[in-house]
Order: sequence, then structure tokens, then C-alpha cells
Amino acid sequence: MSSKHNQLSDDNAHSARRRFLGQVGVLAAGISLAPGVTLNGIAEAREADQPASDKVRWGLLVDATRCAEGCDACVRACADENGLSGHGRPETDAQWIRKVTLRDPKTKATQSLPVMCQHCAEPPCVDVCPTGASFKRADGIVLVDKHTCIGCRYCMMACPYKARSFVHETLTDQKPHTPRGKGTVESCTFCVHRIDAGGQPACVEACSKTATGAMIFGNLNDANSTLSKALADHPSSRIRADLGTDPGVRYRGL
Amino acid sequence: MSETIYSESKPCPALFYGALAVIGAVAGIGLLSAWYMEHNGHYVTGMTNQIVWGMPHVFAVFLIVAASGALNVASISSVFGRTVYKPLARLSGLLAIALLIGGLMVLLLDLGRPDRLIIAATYYNFKSIFAWNMFLYAGFLGLAALYIWTLMDRSMKCFSSVAGMAMFIWRLSLTTGTGLIFGFLVARQAYDAALMAPLFIAMSFVFGLAVFVLVTIAATWADGRPLGDYLIRRLGNLLVIFIAANLYFVTVYHLTNLYAAEHAGVEAFILTSGSVYTWLFWLVQIGIGGLLPLALLAAFRKTMCKFKISLASVLIIIGGMAQVYVIIIGGQAYPLVLFPGMEVQSSFFDGVINPYTPSLPEIGLGLGGVAVTVLMVIIGIKVLRFLPVSLADQDIDPLYKAAATE
Repeated sequence: MSSKHNQLSDDNAHSARRRFLGQVGVLAAGISLAPGVTLNGIAEAREADQPASDKVRWGLLVDATRCAEGCDACVRACADENGLSGHGRPETDAQWIRKVTLRDPKTKATQSLPVMCQHCAEPPCVDVCPTGASFKRADGIVLVDKHTCIGCRYCMMACPYKARSFVHETLTDQKPHTPRGKGTVESCTFCVHRIDAGGQPACVEACSKTATGAMIFGNLNDANSTLSKALADHPSSRIRADLGTDPGVRYRGL
Repeated sequence: MSETIYSESKPCPALFYGALAVIGAVAGIGLLSAWYMEHNGHYVTGMTNQIVWGMPHVFAVFLIVAASGALNVASISSVFGRTVYKPLARLSGLLAIALLIGGLMVLLLDLGRPDRLIIAATYYNFKSIFAWNMFLYAGFLGLAALYIWTLMDRSMKCFSSVAGMAMFIWRLSLTTGTGLIFGFLVARQAYDAALMAPLFIAMSFVFGLAVFVLVTIAATWADGRPLGDYLIRRLGNLLVIFIAANLYFVTVYHLTNLYAAEHAGVEAFILTSGSVYTWLFWLVQIGIGGLLPLALLAAFRKTMCKFKISLASVLIIIGGMAQVYVIIIGGQAYPLVLFPGMEVQSSFFDGVINPYTPSLPEIGLGLGGVAVTVLMVIIGIKVLRFLPVSLADQDIDPLYKAAATE
């Protein structure tokens, strides 16, 4: 009797749990479907035990016509996210993203835009790295393996975009998701820890939340992604396209 | 001309141990400098995120390039069959090894993580010329040691020509690889030129021979060995050819860049801006290190003596250091061009001429590498038979009598 009672109780419990999980699933689907971006994010999040896939090529579109001069929301977000506090020495402090102001010397017209690692398809930094510490993931993100970087800085010499920094002094209070190390080279990771969790780079998020929404992040290999559609709608350009590095970062209005 | 007899160097003990103490102290300063840089991080140096390679690289590249050039004498004797240089081939090999080890030591100790040498030796990216250079450097040391063995061991003598030829090909490959470290930097206005490879070969010829001349004169002076004037004249003539070759490639390099409008900026910066690099280029590299020794060696061709050729060699080395400095530091001081035709400004020093002042630890580390080179040579000639008992013309030069009676 007692065992039968227990059996019924277990069945009821399982049934209740299934109903609860079903309701949560419907709710989650509803929330996810509403803003399409979130749906994309979850669909492309990577399981921790799965390798990055070349079906995805992460890219970024910066609309320079909407990027406000004087706004550095993306720069601050990057520093906060990755713990780039600096030591008050601009020449040697790391900068993964910077705002560059351009001025046409003939027309005097100016514009402002962020420049970071361009996550090239043919990255010179990866080509020149003697140990292979500088590498490109299958999904196009260019990273530095902090365990095999010997700090020779040849990648910094080779990068056409001045996107890399050398860690010139001892670091404290590092972020667990952004390993860094004195004596090694580093650069923008596209906030790879966020991307693998289905999110977006901190700079993109900050730009859309607190600035002008001049950045669109997404999958260049997916013709239906917001990024691909935006790139298809209007012409865009790449910095130093003549070098043939095929950057993953494109600029509109440059 | 009889068979050459070699012996260990026998300078007076005060000179030997005094030199060891002084040069050892400089090597110690080099190691201390490296420790200081690594302990604190590179922010204590003059290097930044803009000038990423600094004074240690100037020393290292000079020493590595000179290592290849130090083999000139060995190559000329073993590959081109000029017997007059044969007695100096052993010293040529020893100096090449010492220069390369000194240069590599500086390069290694300047790394952000010198403790990861084992990683550098076990992880290879074969698309990187740096990785290839590690094999070229290691092979150079091995071949040079093998070459010296064939010269010193009678039973191996039959292999000396083969070893000399292999060494000759290898040294040209090594200097090509060193030049291409810069030649493959496609984005930098001052580099991105295949001409860097032959330019570095020409640089190696002249720098290496200048160092070799000084070492030979010092080593023979230390224990009073005769050194013939006719040999000195021959070496002087070689220096003239090599200085001219270096000047030729420098001229072609700059003319090529001047022809391309996209390189006009960096050329104007180096050649005419009035910056420190302009002075170093025209006054030190071309004037003091090129034209002056060229004139000195040519004007006193018939009356060349140890003092004059030593003076010319010192001038060549000063000019050579300036040349490497202009290439490495000047090339980085000129900003990367991300947006051609636009004026740019940023918090990361885009669009500006990057300043650089070498720090004491950097210079200390560089001099430490030089000291290690000198120590290896001093100890090498002291314990092994690298030096001929006599380098007098009548003892080593079969053509001397004919020439003397001209």
C-alpha cells in the first residue's frame, strides 16, 4: 500500500514537473521569438564541448555615418567587459578598440569611427606568428593563445590595422572570461565568451543601448542574418581592402 | 709558403684576465638589464605599442647579420679557392658562431616571455618566416661547427670544401630569411619589399667583414702575431666592394620607394623630414658608415695599414648600427596608413610620428649580447687552435712575392 502510494506520488510529481517544464518552454519560446536577434543568438550559441564551426563567419558592420564624434561608448564597454583598466600610460596601455577621427585634408570633412581587430579571413598576424599562438577560429574570430605566445611582437609589426597591444606590465583584477598575461600580445576577441554563449560583443551592445546603434553584429555566412541583409542593402567598404586580408569588419559611409 | 701552423692564443695573463673581467662585467650588465625588463615588464623600456621593436632588436639584427658576414673569409677560401684566406677560415667560423649566439641571446631575452623558449623550439607555424629562421639559425650554428671540425681535424679535411659550400648556401639563406622578416610586412610603408633580402645580404657582407677585420687585428695584436700588410690590403679591397654593394642596394631601395606615390610619405620622412632618422641616414649611415670608409680605403689602397683599416671598420660598424636603427625604428616611427589620403587622429596615436628613446636597460641588453660574442671569441682562441702562428704575407700568400716585386 505504502509502495503504491509512493508510486502514485512519484507519477504526480513527474506529471507536474513535465507541465511546468512545458509552460517554461512555451514562455521561453515566446520571449525568444519576439526580438529576432535573441533567436539568432540562441540558435548560434555554441556548446562548451563543441568546436567552432566554419558554417558561421562572425562579422561586424559599422555605420560611420551614424557613429557620433566624441562618443566612446564602445571603447568604455570594451574596457569594462575585458578588464582593460590601464596604468595611466597611454603609450603602453592596451587598447583593443579605439575611436579614430578622419579628416579629408582637401574638403575638411570629418568623420569618426571605431577601429578594432578586423578579424581577417587572411590575417597577417596569424601568418607571421612563429609558434602559432596567433590563430583564427573556424568561425573567423582571430585570437591569441596566451599559453603559447612568446611575446615576440611580430604580429604587432604585421597587423595592418594597429589592432594589437602588448601587455607591458603586471596585471591585477583580471576578468575570468578574458585571460590576459604580462609579456604576451592581445587584441579584440569579438567578446568570444559572449558570442559562444549566444550574445553579442560588448561594444555592439553598448552602441545600441546607449549610443546611436551604429554597429550590427552577425553571421556573414547567413544570407538571412540582420548583418548580411544590411550589407546587401547598402554598399560598404573594408579598411585597406587592397591588402586582400578580407576583414570581417565592414564600414558603411567610409 | 709552408703549411700553416695554428696555436692557442697566449696573451699576457693581465691582458687576458683584465679583458675577461671587463667584458664579463658588460655581459653581466646585459643579463641584469634583461632581468629588470622582464621583472617589471616592458613599460620600463622605450618600447611601446607603437614602437614594438626597439634597441635590443637593433643590436640583435646587427649581430645576426654580421654573423653571416663573418663567414666571408671562410667562403672565399673554401668555395672560391683563394688560399690566402685559408688560414683565417677557422677564426671566421668561430666569429660567425659567436656573433649569432650573441644576437640570438639579445633577441631571446627581449621576448615578453623568454621563459617560453621551449615553446618557441617545439611549436612551429611554417608559414612564419620567424619559424623558418629558427631552423636557419640552428642549422647555421651546426654547420659552422661542422665546418670548423673539417678544418681542424686532419681526418675530416677532405670534407672541408663540401662543408664550406653548404655553409655558403646556408648563410645566404639565413640573411635572406632575416631580411624577409621585414620584407614580408606588407602593411608597413617602410618594409614590404623583396629587396630587403639582397639588401640584408649586402649588409651582412660589409658588417661581418668589418667585425672580422677588427677581431683579427685585435687577436694578432694580443700575443704579438705577425699580420701582413698585403693581407690587410686585400681585406681593404674586399671592404670597398662590399660597401659599394650595400650603398647600391640602399640606393635602389629608396629609388624604388620614391617611384611609388604611396611610399612618398615614408621616404620624405626618412630622407628629408629633418628627424633623427634623416640625420642618422645621411650623416651616419651614408656619410660616416659608407662614403667616408669608402674614400679612406680607396685613397690609401696602396698604403693600407692596420690602423687605417681598423678606422674604416669602426666607421662601417657605426654606420651599420645607424642603418639597422633607421630600418627598424624609423620604419615603425612612421605611422601605419589605414586610411590613405586622410588625416587621422586617435587615442592610440594613429597618424602621428611615433617617438622613441632607447632606455638604458635596452642598451645594456644589446651591449650584453656584444660582450657574450667577444667572450666566446676570446675564450675560443685561448683554448683551441683557431689562430695561425703567423699571418705574415710570406707565410700565407703564394702570390705575395710576385706582387711585392711589381
